[in-house]
Formats: sequence, C-alpha cells, structure tokens
Amino acid sequence: MCILKTEALTRCFGALKAVDAVSLAVEAGEVFGLLGPNGAGKTTVIKMLTTLLPPTSGKASVGGLDVVRRASDVRRIIGYVPQMLSADGTLTGYENLLIFTKLYDLPRAERKPRVQKALELLGLTEAADRLVRTYSGGMIRRLEIAQSILHEPKVLFLDEPTIGLDPLAREAVWDRMRQLRTDFGATILLTTHYMDEADDLCDRVAIMHQGSVRAVGAPDELKKGIGGDGATLEQVFAHYAGASVASESGGSYRETSRTRRVARRLG
Amino acid sequence: MKPQEPGVSPGGLASATLPRAGWNPLASIAAFARKTGVIAELEVRKLRHDPTELVARAIQPALWLLVFGQVFSRVRAIPTGDLRYLDFMAPGILAQSVLFIAIFYGIAIIWERDLGIVQKFLVSPTPRAALVLGKALSAGVRALAQAVIVYALALLLGVKLRWNPLDLLGVVCAILLGAAFFSTLSLIIACIVKTRERFMGIGQILTMPLFFASNAIYPIAIMPNWLQVISRANPLTYEVDALRALMVIGGKSSYGAGLDLAVLLLATSALVIVAARLYPNVAR
Repeated sequence: MCILKTEALTRCFGALKAVDAVSLAVEAGEVFGLLGPNGAGKTTVIKMLTTLLPPTSGKASVGGLDVVRRASDVRRIIGYVPQMLSADGTLTGYENLLIFTKLYDLPRAERKPRVQKALELLGLTEAADRLVRTYSGGMIRRLEIAQSILHEPKVLFLDEPTIGLDPLAREAVWDRMRQLRTDFGATILLTTHYMDEADDLCDRVAIMHQGSVRAVGAPDELKKGIGGDGATLEQVFAHYAGASVASESGGSYRETSRTRRVARRLG
Repeated sequence: MKPQEPGVSPGGLASATLPRAGWNPLASIAAFARKTGVIAELEVRKLRHDPTELVARAIQPALWLLVFGQVFSRVRAIPTGDLRYLDFMAPGILAQSVLFIAIFYGIAIIWERDLGIVQKFLVSPTPRAALVLGKALSAGVRALAQAVIVYALALLLGVKLRWNPLDLLGVVCAILLGAAFFSTLSLIIACIVKTRERFMGIGQILTMPLFFASNAIYPIAIMPNWLQVISRANPLTYEVDALRALMVIGGKSSYGAGLDLAVLLLATSALVIVAARLYPNVAR
C-alpha cells in the first residue's frame, strides 16, 4: 500500500526551482531516504509534505490525504523532526513531551503512559526531569524523536536526524530508529547527506540533485545498477548526480550558518 | 497560495485513533480554547523554571517611577488636576512596561523559528489562531507578573491604589488585552521582516513613538493638535485610560473604562486574525 505519494511536486523561490517535478511513491512500513548535498531540495520536499510550505505546482498526499486541501487532517497522522534542534531547552524533557500530548489531543488518561513509553523507547527515562539545556546533542535529538511519535503517526519525517552528532550519538539515534521501525511499524521518511546512514537504515533511497530526483531504488540495487560489486552509495551518487557529495558545496550562507549553529549547540 | 485555514475545526478527523465525528461548533471552540491554554501553559512553565527575567524587567519601571516620577512631581509642570503627578503617571508606567514586554515578543518567534520550534507547532494539529492567541496570552502572563512589581513600587511611593476586586479584575483585563494587542502586533512584524536584526530595528523605532504619543505620562489635552490625533488612534492611550480609572483613587477616564476595553478587544481580535494568516510565513 502506498502511503505517501507526490506527483510532479514543484516549488519555486523566485526564479529558483528548489524542487523540480519530484514524483515519489513510498510504501507503508518503508524507511525511505532522500539523499543529496545541501541545497538539493530535500528539506523543501519535507516542508511541503509536512504542510509547512505550499507547493508551487504538482500534488502530494500522505495517507491518501492531499497535503494542501486536507492539511489539518494530514497534521494528525504525521510526526516531524526538523533539522534544527527544536526541543525547548528551558523546559524539562518530560514537559516537552507533555505539551505535545496536549497539542495532539491525547485523552488525559493516556498522556502519562504515552510520555513514559516514549521516554523509555528513546532511552530518556532517567533524564526526564532535567532541563533540556543540560542534555547532550544526541539526547536532545532522541527527545525530539520521542516528541514526534507520541500520537503514533502513520508517517514520520526526519530532516537530517544525525546532523552535527558525534559518531557515538549517531549510532545511538540509528539504533532507536531501527527499534522504532520494528516496534512500531511506522513509515519513516528521512533526509540525509551521509551516505553510510542511508545505506544502513533505508529500504529505498531517492537521489536528489539540484531539485530533481535522479534515481530511486534500494541501496544495493542502485549499487549493482552502476556495475560495481564493491560500489559504494557514494559512487552511486556521483554517477547519478555527476558530482560527489563532498565537492558539492551548495546551500546558502544562511543555511550553512544555521547548520553550524546546530552543530555547535549539539556540541 | 496558502494552506487554507486559520482556525480550522479539529472536528473532521481522519486519524486512526479518533473516529470521524460530525462537525460540532461547541467542541471546536472548546478545543480552540484548550490549545490556546496549552501554548500559554508552556510559557508559565518556562517562567517557573527561570524567573530571573521577571526581576530584570522590574528595573525599568522602577527607574521611571523613582526618578522621572519623583522629579516631575516636584516640578509640577504637567497639569493633572487634583491628582498627584506620581498617581497620574503610575498607570502610564504600568502600561509602558506591558508595552515594552509585548512589543519585543515577536523576536521570540524568530528565535523559535531558527530553532525549529515554530515548525513543530505548525505541523501539529493546532489552529493557527490558537498559536497566535496562545502567544498573546503568554505575553499577558508576563505582563501580569510585571504589574505585581509596578503595584508594589506604587504602594512604596504612596500612590493611592484601588483594591476593590472589581477594579483589580478590570486592571487584569486591561493588561491582558494590552499585552495581547502589542505582542500580536509584534508577531505580525516578525512574520513580515523574518530576521532578528530588522525586527530589533523596527521594534526600537516603534516603541518610543507609541509611548510618547499616548496619555501615559501627560494628558492628551496639553498636546499639539496633530499629536492629539495620533494619540487618539494609539491603542496604548485606551489601555492607559482604562488603567487610570481602575488603578488609582481619583484617576479619571476620558472615554470610560468599558469603551477602552472594547476598543482594545476589537483591535486585538483584528490583529489576531491577520497574524494567524501570516504566521505560517515565518517557517517558510
């Protein structure tokens, strides 16, 4: 069953086509990765799918609901972890979660158990009553994932979930995501520019470059597709995008400084 | 093109956990009020964890009352009728501190946008107008904390305050509405300018004219005509006017506290509607 679908989804900012006729279909239960360097249009796609940004043209639906016409219904069935660190540092972990159970209209009796379950699932039970500003970057990221699954969304959107994390924290976030998938069966759509992350976590990936999708498939298929047995996803990317991820600087000044700021906060 | 809805009812649900129900206006209003409350609750929780900001905010009204107020009381340059000048200006200074808290409130939205907090709220099924009104109410909560401080200072300086519960309730309403109006105005500016630097510039340009072109520290009657016109269009004037009647013994309202509050309510409602339309822009 196809739970997320886009048809020629396009978004322009002035003269710039940030997303150019992207058509994707994601199956229920799948972990789907959008791959590409900064500025490839991944975040813009996520923003349109999460109802934050109206498309310039084309269509998208989540759970069969159009993201423009049924925006408020779509919001009930999706979870979203933005690229930036969005947990509130001046509140405790517990409070961050409690507020969202209320915003998602969970019945009073269910709020506490859901919060407890999410804390447990993301390994934050011990830290629940501490202010979030005392958390490490990896913990904040895990808290945000906890925040996004309280209402048991059908589709979870993660925008660069491990950006700025050290390798250990990244590994911890990956572990939790794998667990989420098995425990929970949610569809996950994530963006990343770490090829190893995509290789490790995703059932299928779409390679994006300069706003359009250049290739879609399982990481292994894509590797075979370019002929190498020992090919890496890195090489696949270079093959389809005509550039390596590393050499592609992309991204505006604002975006770069924002990424740096996130990285600094994550310490 | 915009996603179509401020204030959409959460009645029609497609979620697996909630059965589809018929549209029920009462339930929608209750849900709207509840969500507004949740956003304000967030603010109260933050203040509880770190109340230092409230203390720092007390310095400015203290300076105005202690220095400016005391000096001008002696000069007797401003005709305030039977009212002592300090008693005349105390409601004005209260309104001023509410204004100062509220007018820079929008910067929090820019800050929260940069952190991704705004995006997360926008992705939740919360009506946009509830997000805006919740923020307005949050500013009101901070303003009330400020009011306690101004009352304490006024008491210390011998200002004759009214303690009638109905008057106090009126003061609370005037402060909440004043804070809601100016914080929503601030939010609208933030949604338009989108960066901290530009926002601070505009905030600073606005604050002093709003304050001086009002009846906060001198009566409108002594202003030149052109300034009188501006003052009468300034919502701060109505806030001060209501506070003057409700806060100090012998204070007189020019328009009637009821009319003042009605003007503020109307102006605030209009701004909330505009802000709810603009709010999603901040995340784009």
